[in-house]
Amino acid sequence: MGSGHGTELNLTLKVWRQKNSKAAGSFETHQLTGISTDMSFLEMFDVLNEKLISEGKEAIAFDHDCREGICGMCSMYINGRPHGPKQGVTTCQLHMRSFKNGDTIVVEPWRSAAFPVIKDLAVDRGAFDRIIASGGYISVNTGNAQDANNILIPKEAADDAFSAAACIGCGACVAACKNGSAMLFVSAKVSQLALLPQGQVERKARVLKMVEAMDEEGFGNCTNTGACEAECPKGISLENIARMNRELTIASATYSK
Amino acid sequence: MSKGFLKSSIGKKVVMGLTGLFLVSFLVIHVSINACIFFNDGGQTFNAAADFMAHNPVIRILEIGLLAGLILHAVQALILTMQNKKARPVAYAKVDGAANSKWYSRSMGVLGSLLLMFLVVHFANFWFPTKVAVFSHQEHNTFESMKVVFDQWYFVAIYLLGVGALCYHLLHGVQSAFQSLGLNHKNYTPTIKSFGVWFSIIVSLLFASMPIVMFLHIIQ
Repeated sequence: MGSGHGTELNLTLKVWRQKNSKAAGSFETHQLTGISTDMSFLEMFDVLNEKLISEGKEAIAFDHDCREGICGMCSMYINGRPHGPKQGVTTCQLHMRSFKNGDTIVVEPWRSAAFPVIKDLAVDRGAFDRIIASGGYISVNTGNAQDANNILIPKEAADDAFSAAACIGCGACVAACKNGSAMLFVSAKVSQLALLPQGQVERKARVLKMVEAMDEEGFGNCTNTGACEAECPKGISLENIARMNRELTIASATYSK
Repeated sequence: MSKGFLKSSIGKKVVMGLTGLFLVSFLVIHVSINACIFFNDGGQTFNAAADFMAHNPVIRILEIGLLAGLILHAVQALILTMQNKKARPVAYAKVDGAANSKWYSRSMGVLGSLLLMFLVVHFANFWFPTKVAVFSHQEHNTFESMKVVFDQWYFVAIYLLGVGALCYHLLHGVQSAFQSLGLNHKNYTPTIKSFGVWFSIIVSLLFASMPIVMFLHIIQ
């Protein structure tokens, strides 16, 4: 079939294997034959794992959940890029038609001091949760929600906040950054609330706490290479990082407890 | 300012950006004064300008600030680089950096180190002899010393390499400084970015032209 449908690939896969966070890992090479170009990248791993299990070997651990690009669980660093060679997609949305017959594919976990490897390709992204817990929320009284039109929000602010809120917290920004910086993630979370009226009350305290939490986790420092924005499956903009820089500078100068 | 600001990752970026822009502002003065050699009047205009820079008390104070800014920029960069190395203890086996960023944006440390090495040569050639002359109350003909230095091909080569490193350092650095300071806006950022590119190219071409015209004795 000329369209590429139904064609099959023979591939060499070099996969990172690591027993636990303390063990030293290494690459393991697997030959795969008859991989359908219609498969997703994760389905290719399912095929490999079934083969490993049937041979009595240990399956490769990797993170995945929704497999439709919205949960942010999948996290493979494929041939030198987070989520592989396509832009604007997660690993679960990457299909084998993006590869050629005979390709060697190198698969590594996100590499960051703040994301310790749990096993093989699965890393602990709890650092992101702790940053959110430090201030990525708004405090509201319980009770009935008020009428939606009580709080007027300009369309532009709503759009920018929504774009920032599209972040699924997958950590590709950290993985892509040569410095292992988490600025794109944290700035998206700071921005989505700083842009909306509901976020104003805790605005200054929030950015101070979240940046402090980010620094404590051991992420690197941003040098504005833009790799995070280019690799982000949700297209989170660098404008958010500038906004956070602004927010933190102003909050540092003017916030009083 | 809260105490933690300068220690935070963003505070350090702000320091890098501010010192960087301060050093950039000096480049404007430096290149303007050097461009006086193009009057081709045997260095009269250039020497007058250089003499003013060497003796004016305001400039002398700014010079100390400039050195402090340079040291702060370099030391802060070293601290940041070491932290960044720690943030990724196990390196990737395969990295496709070209897919998502410009090589010079990822090489600011290397380019900055090259610039620092260049500055050692540059200071030895011009800055140090000028200072010696000022403190010993002697006449110093900077134009004549330029002629001597740029008559040697290897100095011309070193200066061209230095200016090349400067050009790429600025190509990323100028627009990056604005981003670090949080000065990003849909209306202005495209202008800032193209200003950064044109600034880097024009300043670098002007600097590069000087050793060449002196080596070729077009200016004498």
